[in-house]
Amino acid sequence: MDGRVIVVTSGKGGVGKTTTTANLGMALSNLGKKVALIDADIGLRNLDLVLGLENRIVYDIVDVVEEKCKLKQALIKDKRQPNLALLPAAQTRDKSAVTPEQMIEVCNELKKEFDIIIIDCPAGIEQGFKNAIAAATESIIVTNPEVSSIRDADRIIGLLDSVDHEMIPPKLIVNRIRMEMVKENEMLNVDDVKEILGIDLLGVVPDDESIITSTNKGIPAVMLDNSLAGQALKDIARRLLGENVPFMDLTKDNNTGIFSFFKKLFAKS
Amino acid sequence: MSLLDILFGKKEKTSKEDAKKRLQLVLLHDRTEIPFEKLDMMKKEIFEVVSKYVDIDMSSLEVNLENIEDGKVALVANIPINKRKNDNQNN
Ligand SMILES: Nc1ncnc2c1ncn2[C@@H]1O[C@H](COP(=O)(O)OP(=O)(O)OP(=O)(O)O)[C@@H](O)[C@H]1O
Ligand SMILES: [Mg+2]
Repeated sequence: MDGRVIVVTSGKGGVGKTTTTANLGMALSNLGKKVALIDADIGLRNLDLVLGLENRIVYDIVDVVEEKCKLKQALIKDKRQPNLALLPAAQTRDKSAVTPEQMIEVCNELKKEFDIIIIDCPAGIEQGFKNAIAAATESIIVTNPEVSSIRDADRIIGLLDSVDHEMIPPKLIVNRIRMEMVKENEMLNVDDVKEILGIDLLGVVPDDESIITSTNKGIPAVMLDNSLAGQALKDIARRLLGENVPFMDLTKDNNTGIFSFFKKLFAKS
Repeated sequence: MSLLDILFGKKEKTSKEDAKKRLQLVLLHDRTEIPFEKLDMMKKEIFEVVSKYVDIDMSSLEVNLENIEDGKVALVANIPINKRKNDNQNN
């Protein structure tokens, strides 16, 4: 197995790392890849919940590194998609419960069985971040089109640039873009973000209610047929496999509501 | 600008432009690890050194961080020199 190890990171919290990890995991396994997801956010476990696997956890990553169980015992296979497995974080420990060396060991073990390993990085730049990137050779930076998360993304890009193991340059996902605001020039557009951060774009995901409703149910949006964000994430999954998928036209907006109705009415004047 | 924008008195300059300018500037400082304050201190010292040799004004002295090629950042100083006094007298 080629065993790619990809870390999803951001610096700033709450920008959509866990959502991205869950959806890319599901999309890539739907494309026939064997995928293992690692929740590296020890103490603030969430990837299980977003995936709808929270009821199936027996062991976690800390149990594995402390040799309280075998790696296989801690891995949760997704019943909807047998290609997908989750290694959950421990909920009652902290980031120091795992070392970078142990993370590398776990990933090396997983590489034997999985094509792709995606690590959901915690927010911040401390121990949890260092653990999450230790084994990764690829990285995805998630940011929102907003000043704080872009500044933090730039910091992360700098830190990834100076790690002492081999890593290919990070790729960018701009999450939660609101086209109606971009059109009004009240939100940074994708080109602005790309220009400011200076890294390659992997995809753009709209701010979409279907992310919230699908997360409510524990069903990743890529499993739905009519989710715009889900489609964007499916496209990203295919790009990760080297396919040349054109970027979605988000300008064809589903702009409804009375205000935008009037705006459209007056727009030509 | 649409009619609605005029009705609601929207300004020409949008918040996106603010965001972009502010981000580009703060990232120059972040990347070079030169905080705004330090640049100000540098500016004062540059003024002191240069004004030993030529007649310059603090108010027209500019010291900025700028992006140059290869993702490098340069410290760019613009120091207008005042006309020599005798030049003025000769005119
Ligand atoms: N494209 C989107 N549209 C709408 N809501 C979104 C989108 N992406 C993420 N969200 C919402 O934003 C919130 C934060 O997302 P998520 O938990 O994935 O972020 P995170 O980066 O993993 O956060 P943390 O740093 O705390 O781990 C969640 O409520 C999620 O449903
Ligand atoms: Mg998270």
